[in-house]
Amino acid sequence: MNATGPGSRLRGLYTLFAKEVWRFMKVFVQTILTPVVTALLYLLVFGQALEGNVEIYAGVTYTAFLIPGLMMMSIIQNAFANSSSSLIQSKMMGNLVFVLLSPISSLEFFIAFTAAAVVRGVLVALAVYLVAILFVDLPFAAPWAILVFAVLGSAALGVLGLIAGVWAEKFDQLAGFQNFFILPLSFLSGVFYSIHSLPGIWQTVSQFNPFFYLIDGFRFGFFGQSDADPLLSLGVTLIFLVALSALALLMLQKGYKIRG
Amino acid sequence: MTNALSIRGVFKHFGDLRALRDVSISVPRGSFFGLLGPNGAGKSTLINIMSGLMRADAGTVAVMGHDVVSAYRQARHALGVVPQELVYDPFFTVREMLRLQSGYFGHGPENHAWIDELIETLSLTDKADTNLHDLSGGMKRRVLIAQALVHKPEVVVLDEPTAGVDVELRQALWQFTRRLHADGRTILLTTHYLEEAEALCEEIAILNHGQVVAQESKQALLARYPYRSLRLTLAKGDAPLPESLRALVVEQQENCLCLRLHKTRDPIVKVLQTLHAAGIEVTDLRTEEAGLEEVFLDLTGAPPATGILA
Repeated sequence: MNATGPGSRLRGLYTLFAKEVWRFMKVFVQTILTPVVTALLYLLVFGQALEGNVEIYAGVTYTAFLIPGLMMMSIIQNAFANSSSSLIQSKMMGNLVFVLLSPISSLEFFIAFTAAAVVRGVLVALAVYLVAILFVDLPFAAPWAILVFAVLGSAALGVLGLIAGVWAEKFDQLAGFQNFFILPLSFLSGVFYSIHSLPGIWQTVSQFNPFFYLIDGFRFGFFGQSDADPLLSLGVTLIFLVALSALALLMLQKGYKIRG
Repeated sequence: MTNALSIRGVFKHFGDLRALRDVSISVPRGSFFGLLGPNGAGKSTLINIMSGLMRADAGTVAVMGHDVVSAYRQARHALGVVPQELVYDPFFTVREMLRLQSGYFGHGPENHAWIDELIETLSLTDKADTNLHDLSGGMKRRVLIAQALVHKPEVVVLDEPTAGVDVELRQALWQFTRRLHADGRTILLTTHYLEEAEALCEEIAILNHGQVVAQESKQALLARYPYRSLRLTLAKGDAPLPESLRALVVEQQENCLCLRLHKTRDPIVKVLQTLHAAGIEVTDLRTEEAGLEEVFLDLTGAPPATGILA
């Protein structure tokens, strides 16, 4: 095999992707099990408290309504955490040098990290789903939307995690990014409610939150009902992903904070 | 024939600090090359630029004829770097890490036999399935060397490989790098131990304040330094030395005297005659030729010396 040919490049990309998946699977209690338990606690608490009192979509119980939201919230938080924590750890430990010394290109680096984040995001969402359906039945109104929003949402947040991981110089900065940006935006995106139940100004504000479209489009896949047009949600999600990808690739290409 | 490493007019600055200034070095294929310099001279910056970890502000670097920016894939395939810091990935075992590193370079299971050979050669067999986090510093150093060699590079850069390692491991690493060189690889070594460079390297470049102050064969470099030491044992230690010899004294303890002599301007016989004329009896004498350390100090800031007896 040509040492720098397409086969060699593909194997390099695949190895980095496999290593990133292998890394989070080695600590699956922390990376898979814990987020599932967290999501189920939300389901238990909010479902118990509000079941029977709130009906957002006709014929959909509140617990059923909540599950896709919690699945997407898990995707958002875990896809982000996967690439960002792997990168910051590699930077702090100094072992990022092993990848940087290799012939893996910026694009291949980007694809490997993003794809691994997609795997973790989808795995956690799937685990939440498998446990949740023990308690409530969920329809599949538009399976394409479930798959597309799960993958695009994981990818977008994986890329955002990559950007944060490259940018952050210490764990503290990354925690700040996660706690002051990712967490509030995911909580204020309609996980627990329909934005139509919000006062006018907050409805407008929510429409500028890209996470809202991820959750709304994903939820459409289950119930065939949504706050926004699913095609609008798809469009916003794609723009979000493309914009973040462009920024991430630019940072990697320039070697921002990783190649002096 | 293309040089293994060709560094041309490289500049690099960090804020106001000019880390490298117009650095040009050629490392011939198959050579054992030493890159020396005091702390902060720019050695690691230069290594980082040749390995793609940093980008030069100006100038070019090529590994086996491949530019490290425009043909980075080929350049990185040709280069194996052993970093100075003991970095490791705590998620993986030695074998897992080596297989991953091999995969980054596009190799698959066909390279596993070479990985096993590296594990054995570097005495890592017992630790092959141990997590890197649980290894001693010396073992981690061996793993770093194996990682640098996993893709069979033609040029191997060892950045201070023996810093902080015990004598036994140092000897083992010397032996191993000699073997790599004998196998036809080009070796670039940076080290603080000048006796190490003197023992291993054929050609040496010295960096000081980001500039190349010398690049020559070891013999030519050693010949540059025109001094040698003369150690004398005197019959009586309290005899006053003649005025012409006092300026040559480097060390004097009881009846032992060490003088620094210019090879051509301070003939030993003249020193002995001067002592004899002053009634000082010499019972023993020994000469020491200059080593790399003297040359290094001379080139990187030691006060210039002049012949006294001339």
